[in-house]
Amino acid sequence: MTPLLKLENVSRRFGGLLALDHVSVSLGRGEVVGLIGPNGAGKTTFVNVVTGLLRPSSGSIEFDGHRIDGQRPDRISRHGIARTFQIVQPFPRLSVRENVAAAALFAGGAKTQTEATSIADEHLAFCGLLADTNKPAGLLPLAGRKRLELAKGLASKPSLLLLDEVNAGLNPSEIDEALRLIAAIASRGITLLLIEHLMKVVAESCSRLLVLHQGRLIADGPTQNIMKNEDVIEAYLGRRYADMQKGAGI
Amino acid sequence: MLWLQVLVNGLALGGLYACIAAGFSLVWGVLNIINVLHGSLIVLGGYLAFFAHQQLGFNPFLFAPVAGALLFLPGFALQRTVINPVMTRPVLMTLVLTFGLTLFLDNLMLVAFTADYRKINPQPPLGVVEFGGVILPLDRLCATMTGLALVSALWLVLRFTQLGRAIVAVRMDREAASLMGIDVHLIYAIAFGLGTFMAGSAGALLAAIFPISSLSSSSYLGKAFVICVLGGLGSLPGVVLGGFALGIIEAYGALAFGPENALTVSFLLLIVLLAVRPTGLLGRKGFT
Amino acid sequence: MLRRAVIAALAAAAFAALLLFGDNYVLRLATTVAMYVTLASAWNIIGGFAGYPSFATAAFFGLGAYASGIALSNGVALSVAWGTAGLVSASFAVVLGLCILHMRGHYFAIGSLVVPDVLREVTNSWVSVTGGGIGLNLPLIGGSAEIQARLFLVVMSLVASATVLAAWTIARSRLGVALRCIEQNEDAAQVIGIDTSRTKIAAFAISSLFIGIAGAIYASWTIYIDPSDVYDVSLSVKPIIMALLGGVGTVAGPIVGAFAFLGFDELIWRNSLEFHSGFLGLLVVALVLFLPAGLREVRLRDLSHWIYKLRRRVAKP
Repeated sequence: MTPLLKLENVSRRFGGLLALDHVSVSLGRGEVVGLIGPNGAGKTTFVNVVTGLLRPSSGSIEFDGHRIDGQRPDRISRHGIARTFQIVQPFPRLSVRENVAAAALFAGGAKTQTEATSIADEHLAFCGLLADTNKPAGLLPLAGRKRLELAKGLASKPSLLLLDEVNAGLNPSEIDEALRLIAAIASRGITLLLIEHLMKVVAESCSRLLVLHQGRLIADGPTQNIMKNEDVIEAYLGRRYADMQKGAGI
Repeated sequence: MLWLQVLVNGLALGGLYACIAAGFSLVWGVLNIINVLHGSLIVLGGYLAFFAHQQLGFNPFLFAPVAGALLFLPGFALQRTVINPVMTRPVLMTLVLTFGLTLFLDNLMLVAFTADYRKINPQPPLGVVEFGGVILPLDRLCATMTGLALVSALWLVLRFTQLGRAIVAVRMDREAASLMGIDVHLIYAIAFGLGTFMAGSAGALLAAIFPISSLSSSSYLGKAFVICVLGGLGSLPGVVLGGFALGIIEAYGALAFGPENALTVSFLLLIVLLAVRPTGLLGRKGFT
Repeated sequence: MLRRAVIAALAAAAFAALLLFGDNYVLRLATTVAMYVTLASAWNIIGGFAGYPSFATAAFFGLGAYASGIALSNGVALSVAWGTAGLVSASFAVVLGLCILHMRGHYFAIGSLVVPDVLREVTNSWVSVTGGGIGLNLPLIGGSAEIQARLFLVVMSLVASATVLAAWTIARSRLGVALRCIEQNEDAAQVIGIDTSRTKIAAFAISSLFIGIAGAIYASWTIYIDPSDVYDVSLSVKPIIMALLGGVGTVAGPIVGAFAFLGFDELIWRNSLEFHSGFLGLLVVALVLFLPAGLREVRLRDLSHWIYKLRRRVAKP
C-alpha cells in the first residue's frame, strides 16, 4: 500500500545552516503522528517544505504516489495537504465564515460560493465557532483564531493535515477542547501530523512519534518507546541528564 | 579612445549621483517610506545655491553643506508633523502623501522662481583637465569629490557616533531599539532630516553642473530610485557603487541611444533589476 | 433599495438634461468625469481589490490611445480600433504583470511607476509608426461639434458603466473572493489553494482593458495626441487619489471620488490657475492625513451633527 506522504533524503539549506538534514520518513493513511524536537530543530521548516512554501535543497517528496517537491503551495493544497500556522494567519477583515468559505471554495473544490458557505458552516459547527460566524477574524481571541485555522484546514478537504503547534498559548481547558477536536478529526480518516511541544498532547493523541534534532530525524517509532529513548532525552535535556537517567536505571 | 572618454564621463558623475541617492536610501531604509518629495528637495537645494551664488557670490561646492543644513530643520519638522502619522499605513498612503507634498513644493517653486532653467556659472570658469586624450571637466570633478565627501561624512556619522548607531539600530529592529531606550520617533525625524540635508547638498552640487528647474524634480527622483535598486538598500557603500554604476550606464546609454534616451535606458534596467534581483548589488538588512 | 432607485432615477434625469441642454463646455467636463470614473474604477480592481497599488495606469492609457490612433490611421473601423486598443493594453498588462506582480509593496509601486516613462520614450523614438514627439492626428468622426460632443459623452459614459459593472461583478465573484484574500494575507491565500499569480494577472489585465479603451476614446475625442500628453503621470496618480477619496476597495468609491475630485479641481482651476497643482497637492495631503478611508467616513449624519453642535455653540451667549 503506497504511503500517503513519503520524504526521501530531504534537506533544506539556509545559507550555511542545514535546517533539514537528509530526512527520510513515510506516513501511512489514517495515522496520527507527532513531530517533536527542541526549539530550532527544523519542525516548521519540515512543514514548510512539505506544503511548498519552501523548496527542498535536495531529496524528493511524494504525496499519494506523485512527486510534489518544487510545486507551488496552492497546487499542493489542492492535492489534499492542508496546514495550520503556528502564528495564526487569518484574513483579518473577512468574517469567520468568509475565512472558512474561502478555503472551501479554492482548496476544498466547492463549485459555488453558496456551496462553499454551507460547507463552511458545517466546519464552523464542528470546531465550535458558530457563535462567531459574522465576526471579523482579526477580532477573535487566540483560542478562537486557532480553531479558525483548524476549520480552514478542514474546509480545504485534506487527506493530510499538518497542525503546527496548534496548542501554543492555550490554557489547559482550551487544550482539552483542542484534543477532543483532534480525536474527532482523526476518526474521520484524515491523516494527521502534529507538531507539538506539549508532551501531554502528543502522548494522548499520537500513536507514533518522529523526533527532529538539529535538522536530523533522530527517532521514529511508537510513542511509548520514543519517550524512553536515550537519544531523545539527550536531545531535549542534555547529555548529563541522559546519563543520570541511565544511571538510575530508568 | 572613445570608450575611455565615455567611461570617464560616467565616473565623473559617480560621487554626485551617490550624494543624490544617499538621503533617499537612508529614509527608505530607516523609515521604510519612499520619499517622492526627494526630487523636489534636490531642486530646492539647487535654487538655494544658485541664489547664494548670484546674490552673495558663494562657491556652490562650499555652499553645498550649507544648503543641506538649511533644509535639515524643515525636513525634521515635516517628518514630525505630517509624515509620522502615516508611517504605519500601507505603502500606497505614504507614496500618495509624499506625492502631494511634491506637487505643492514644485508649484511653489514654479511660482517663485519660474520654470526657467538656472545654472551656476562660476567666474572664472573652472575649465578642464586633459590626460591621455581624455577630457575631464573640473566642475564635475569637484562636484563628485564633494559629493563623495558628504556621503563619507554621513557614513562616518552612522558608523561611529551614538546617534548613528541609534539610527542603525532602529533600522534593524525598531522594537528592540525602543526597548533599549531609544526614542524611535526622534530618530525617525532626525533620519528624515539627514535625508533632506543630503538632498539639499546634492542639489547645490547639481546646480553647478547642470541647469535645473522645478520641472526636473521627477528625473532626479528617478535617478535616486535606480541608484538605490542598483546598489541595494540599506548600504551606503552600495549607494556609492550604484551612483558610479548609473553614471557609467547613462554615459554608455547616451552613446548608444542618444543622450535624450539615457534615462529611459536606466529605467528599463530598473525594471529588469527589480524583477531579477531587487536587493541590488550590495543590499542587506541594517544600514552601515 | 428605494434610495438606490431614487439615485438612479436622478442620475438618469441629470444625464438626459445634460444631453439635451448642455453647452460644449459642460459636455466636455462631463465626458472627462466619465473618463476618470472609468480609470478610477479600473484602477480599483488591481489597486483596491487586490491591494497592488499600480502607478502604471498612464502606460495602458497611452498604449490604448496610440494603438487605436495607429489602427485608425490605417483605415480600421472605429469600434474595431477601440476594441483592439483594449486588447493591446490587456496583453501588455499580462506581460508586465509577469515581470512585476510577484514583487510586493514599494518595489511593485516603483516598478509600475517607471513603465509609462519608458513607453513614452519608446513612442517618442519610434517616429515612423507613431509620429514621435510631433504627435498623431486622428481621423475626424464627422458631424457637427455639438453632435460629436454628445456622442463622445455617451460613449465614454457607456465605457464607464461597463467598467463599474465589471468591478461590481468581480466583487461578487470567485475572482473577487480570491482578490480580497490576496489583499489581506497573500501567504495564507496561497495556502488555501488560490493561484495568486494567475489571479493577480487576471485582475491587472481586466483593469488595463478598460483603461486602454478609455485611452482610445480619448484619442478620437481630442483628435490629436502626443506622448507627453497620453503618458502623463497625472493619469496614473489622479485615479488613485479619486479611489482614495471615495473609498478604496469598494465599487462606489471610485465613482464618488471621481465626481468629488473633479468638482474640487474645477473649483480650484476657476480660482487659481497659477497654484492649481499646489492646491491639489495640499488636498491630497489632507486626504491622506484626515480621511484615510475616504469620504465614506464622512456620513450625512455626522455632518448634521456637526452643524447642530456649531449652532448650539453660537446660540449660547
